[in-house]
Amino acid sequence: MTTTQAHARTTAPTALAVHDVTLAYDSATVFEGLSVSVAEGEVTTLVGANGSGKSTLLRAFGRLLTPRAGSVSLRGRPLRELRTREVARQLAILPQKPVTPAATTVRDLVSRGRHPHQSLLRPWSAADAEAVDAALAATRLTDIADRDAAALSGGQLQRAWIALVLAQQAPVVLLDEPTTFLDLAHQVDLLRLVRAVNAERGTTVVMVLHDLTLAARYSDRLVVLGEGRVVADGRPWDVLTPETLRSAFGLDALVVPDPASGTPLVVPLDAEHPAPSR
Amino acid sequence: MSAPSAVAARPWRRVPGRPPRRRVVFVTVGCLLAALAVGVVGLAAGSSSLTAGDAVRTLLGGGSPGEHLIVVGLRLPRVLGALLVGTALGLAGALTQTFARNPLATPDIIGVTSGASLGAVMAIVLAGGTYQVAAGTLSLGMPAAAAVGALLTALVVYGLAWRGGIDSFRIILIGIGATATLSGVTSYLVARAQITEAANAAQWLVGSLSGMSWSSVRPLLVVVLLVTPVALAQSRDLEVSQLGDDVTSGLGVAVQRHRLLVLGCAVLLTAAAVSASGPVEFVAFLAPQVAQRLAATARPPLLASAFVGALVVAGADAASRTVLPGQLPVGIVTAVVGAPYLIWLLTRLKERETVS
Ligand SMILES: Nc1ncnc2c1ncn2[C@@H]1O[C@H](COP(=O)(O)OP(=O)(O)OP(=O)(O)O)[C@@H](O)[C@H]1O
Ligand SMILES: [Mg+2]
Repeated sequence: MTTTQAHARTTAPTALAVHDVTLAYDSATVFEGLSVSVAEGEVTTLVGANGSGKSTLLRAFGRLLTPRAGSVSLRGRPLRELRTREVARQLAILPQKPVTPAATTVRDLVSRGRHPHQSLLRPWSAADAEAVDAALAATRLTDIADRDAAALSGGQLQRAWIALVLAQQAPVVLLDEPTTFLDLAHQVDLLRLVRAVNAERGTTVVMVLHDLTLAARYSDRLVVLGEGRVVADGRPWDVLTPETLRSAFGLDALVVPDPASGTPLVVPLDAEHPAPSR
Repeated sequence: MSAPSAVAARPWRRVPGRPPRRRVVFVTVGCLLAALAVGVVGLAAGSSSLTAGDAVRTLLGGGSPGEHLIVVGLRLPRVLGALLVGTALGLAGALTQTFARNPLATPDIIGVTSGASLGAVMAIVLAGGTYQVAAGTLSLGMPAAAAVGALLTALVVYGLAWRGGIDSFRIILIGIGATATLSGVTSYLVARAQITEAANAAQWLVGSLSGMSWSSVRPLLVVVLLVTPVALAQSRDLEVSQLGDDVTSGLGVAVQRHRLLVLGCAVLLTAAAVSASGPVEFVAFLAPQVAQRLAATARPPLLASAFVGALVVAGADAASRTVLPGQLPVGIVTAVVGAPYLIWLLTRLKERETVS
């Protein structure tokens, strides 16, 4: 099973890739000589401990962080040769900490997602309104579309940001921790939405998640980051092994099949809760 | 953040739904017409009083030679100057307030105005000496010196506030520091200056339209006409830039270029206004806030802010020449109106809007 899937992955065209990049901030280098590529039409999830560089890699993919060395390519073209606007039509990114504007309704916030499709000569069109309405409906925000975004609950606001990204209608979507602030039901809801968008529009999704079990259930592929490198990369069952979890998270865990989906379910262990003896 | 329901309840908040934004258009046109009307009143008002009808007729080519001299030769540059100074300051304020996402971030507060003032006062005082040199400096060198002062201050404040992005709270604090320092230097220069130059500088420093002539109106007109379209072209990107640098860039805006254009426009407009009239206080703060409330938008509408600015300055000037005693300089009138408004706004601002 794994070999055929692995084969299918290598033949799918590459949507997004970093080649041999060095990603650094003024104070620290996070990655050196890192190469990761993302296949078109797949849902890829970056996992790893806090500070392992998930957001950093996602920002490099989204051109928010320029690599010190190496290159990033978007659908086969070097990212740095593309105009910002062109990138925005191809790729939508939800950063970890967006700024919510004052006195702006949910609908207005979501409407900003249409910016890359508009210009002075082509202001606001029926297609824009349609995309915004669809995004509001998909995130179940239609009923509160006219509320002030600053007055939403954390989870509602998070969904509004997701709606903005959906309204952008880019073929590649990057989401940094889209499920933070959401209750479990809404997390599942959101991840199902991600899968639906992926299935219907063939959207390539790269996201960061912390819940490994949900990540395994809703992703085609997991990339585990740690210590400045890719610790493991592949199908959920190949990646989520007790060894990987120990080296990437320092976590002792049992990995069993999720009774509902058959995907890996991670059960953390500690001294008081050791692995049951068989 | 603490009282979200109060926000929703304010009647002037914008009605839901995207364009058409008729209200913004309505307010913009209304403010333009009001400013022009006040301008006509300003043309008519003064020691040799005319009716508004006389003023308009004279403007259109009628009227006696005497009326022509008074209206076109004396009052028109002053009224036009008032309208343009207000336009420039209103627009500059709208740009910086939106840019920094903070109503306190006006050119006055972030140091640009005091930089322009220092440049201009340096030109007045240091270039003193013979009358010819001084006159030459005043017509040519002073606007340039004000522009250089404004530009340098903006660069320094921006550089100091930069931490991989612009934090509006930082830019305001550093701007306040810059303003205090620069005002100190300006006072020192005035104190050290010859008596006539000191008097010149002091009169200029309160913001006065009495020295307005065609030679000071012309450069201002050119700057306003050139910069306004550039600023308006940034309007759509400004709207998106309210979402923070990462989202803005993700939505296809070249953030650095956008920021440079917006700040550059604001600095040029402020420098042009200040070099023509001296610093007319509070207009850059007041006009955008009034326009935003009239138009019920989430941020100051650019053109409407410009026209409210024109209305405020022209109105203050007309009032000081007619109903108010003692020909008060326009900068004092605007300060008297603007300062209480600033205090009122500070008491009403939600915590989030002041500190983030
Ligand atoms: N703006 C910054 N300036 C300096 N260092 C940074 C910056 N952002 C992140 N870092 C550092 O880079 C490393 C990777 O950070 P990153 O945000 O990519 O981690 P992450 O995997 O997304 O973590 P989390 O799960 O907490 O979101 C961390 O050590 C962090 O301290
Ligand atoms: Mg992160």
